[in-house]
Amino acid sequence: MKSATRKALFSAAALFFSTSVVGAEVVKVGVIGPFSGPFAGAFGTPFRQGVEAYVAMHGNKAGGAEIQFIYRDLAGPDPQKARSLAQELVVKDKVQYLAGVVFTPNAMAIAPLSQSAKVPMVIFNASTSVVVSKSDYFVRTSNTLPQVTVPVAKYALDHDIKSAITIVSDYGPGIDAEKAFSKTFEQGGGKIVDSIRMPLSTTDFGPFLQKIRAAKPESLFAFLPFGPPTYGFVKAYNDNALEQAGIKFLGTAETQESDLQALGDGAIGLETAYFYSGAHDSPENKAFVETLKKLDPKAIANPATVSAFDGTHVIYKMVEATGGEVDGDKAIEAIKGLSWESPRGPVTIDAKTRDIIQNVYMRRVEKDSDGKLVNREFKVYEAQPDYGLTLGE
Amino acid sequence: MELLLSILIDGLAYGMILFIISVGLSITMGLMRVVNLAHGVFAMLGGFLMVAVGSRFGLRPEMAAMLAVIAVGALALPLEKLIFRRVYGRSELQQVLLTIGLVFIGIAAVGTVFGNSLLAIPLPEYLKRSVDIGFRVIPMHRLAVVTAGLAVLVGLWFLFTKTRFGINIRASVDKAAAAEALGIDTSKVYRLGFMLGAALAALGGILGAELLPLEPYYPLKYLVLVLAIVAVGGMGSVFGSFMAALVLGTVETAAKYLMPEIASIMFYLTMLVVLSWRPHGLFGRQL
Repeated sequence: MKSATRKALFSAAALFFSTSVVGAEVVKVGVIGPFSGPFAGAFGTPFRQGVEAYVAMHGNKAGGAEIQFIYRDLAGPDPQKARSLAQELVVKDKVQYLAGVVFTPNAMAIAPLSQSAKVPMVIFNASTSVVVSKSDYFVRTSNTLPQVTVPVAKYALDHDIKSAITIVSDYGPGIDAEKAFSKTFEQGGGKIVDSIRMPLSTTDFGPFLQKIRAAKPESLFAFLPFGPPTYGFVKAYNDNALEQAGIKFLGTAETQESDLQALGDGAIGLETAYFYSGAHDSPENKAFVETLKKLDPKAIANPATVSAFDGTHVIYKMVEATGGEVDGDKAIEAIKGLSWESPRGPVTIDAKTRDIIQNVYMRRVEKDSDGKLVNREFKVYEAQPDYGLTLGE
Repeated sequence: MELLLSILIDGLAYGMILFIISVGLSITMGLMRVVNLAHGVFAMLGGFLMVAVGSRFGLRPEMAAMLAVIAVGALALPLEKLIFRRVYGRSELQQVLLTIGLVFIGIAAVGTVFGNSLLAIPLPEYLKRSVDIGFRVIPMHRLAVVTAGLAVLVGLWFLFTKTRFGINIRASVDKAAAAEALGIDTSKVYRLGFMLGAALAALGGILGAELLPLEPYYPLKYLVLVLAIVAVGGMGSVFGSFMAALVLGTVETAAKYLMPEIASIMFYLTMLVVLSWRPHGLFGRQL
């Protein structure tokens, strides 16, 4: 029934535009993401929900043009396929904009195409610092690792934490996070007691945490991929009673919303720094979460959803600026320095780097009045840039 | 000294979890010679059923777990009749193709019904605590898993060596024709053996979930791990799986304490060494 009304609305709108606004056209946007497979739950589905929430709130038109989204499934890191999907979208489907992409290698593979065809692309995730600089037509609405890691190191220093052990999964993002944390922490006078890199396939985290427990640092900084590893690690942190031993947990995305409820009550009290909490207290976030729930009652507002939502905003602004015409240069110029109030808080697209500048919040996991776990924000580090390029090696 | 003790304690606990998740497979694959790559599907089903049943009827976790294990065992019956029976005695390739297909069906089905996210297995209060033994703490649920693992080992040993069913199943597997001639209903024996394997898989899925959290991709993610244990232990030997799990668990745990970067390499290196020394596994029988 709902889709019938929507169809009726669309056809009415189509009729309206075909008769009154001469030259109105359709702008196509190709969204590439893991819509099936193991990453669908944490990224693909939120991408789609974020885009659809934005369309539901702002309509499907911008600058007199109708905007259509075409979704293409890319289940994992696969640069070859990323490139051919992007090419197909640009050449065959004639999309004016590209969006999405979870993994850095995929974004890197699309960069040359975006550059030479002057196709603006809004990155919804791929969070390695260097990504955006690979094409003049890239813009990012997620975050970078140093962007969220530097504030957590500052927070530790602000709270007189003198020593830390970093413990990260042994892969690119983990090592980036380790470096960003160690560098900031040591510059501020902290002492890194040990840096542990765990194999990605680790399932039993107990031994690592016992080792940390024996070393007795004041805190540990952890970075692991979403899903099972994070779950196992947080469980092991509690099981081995590290908090009771006075070793404070510091993290970033470990408590992100799509895993949070599964972590259970053991997660209560964990402190992390990140750019979005589903419990962010603002009218913008309230409206955003309400729309999400209306479209799909099971939807969970997580960082990927809000990145896609804001990414869609950026696309709308580009379409507005060009009036729906194909003009990659004009489109990307229009959003340099763009500021708006996102569900996550105030954000700006850096005019120079085309990366996002945003608040990073310190949050503590708490139980809400309805028994659900939430990331409650308690401290803000305002307008954080990507530290990845300034921090250096 | 404390380090050594820690390695032994954690190694034992980890090894027991490895044993518990692979023991079901060592029965279906080891004893019954069905290369059942869909082992993880039964394990995952156990966990998901436990949570579904538990929250639906408000049961205690122990009760829900027991029901789920029985339910998975029962569910194995029609599957055995309809699907698995057709590949007994066929080539390994055919068994692999069939069961890997079941893995994909399992992943998609669980993803559709329960969603593509992690499933937390509820623990009873007394298992959430940790015991302080002075220089370190031990999580209660690890102790529970060690106890359960030993109980399963003893139970299976008893079943296979001391009961009529155990003798029948070994006879049916080794010499089916002769067993039938002696009046053993081999297809019934196979059916029961298969159900036992599935039920143990479910038990392993539930008990091991603290380390190997349940999610739709579970059957594929930990497939290599369970196959490795059964292979190192030796086909057809439950005790072999037990030893293999303890050795591999302890080696990997020791590496985690001493050289974290190479912990998972150590696991496979041990496997390589054991299998080049004894290609049929620690306690494998020459076929």
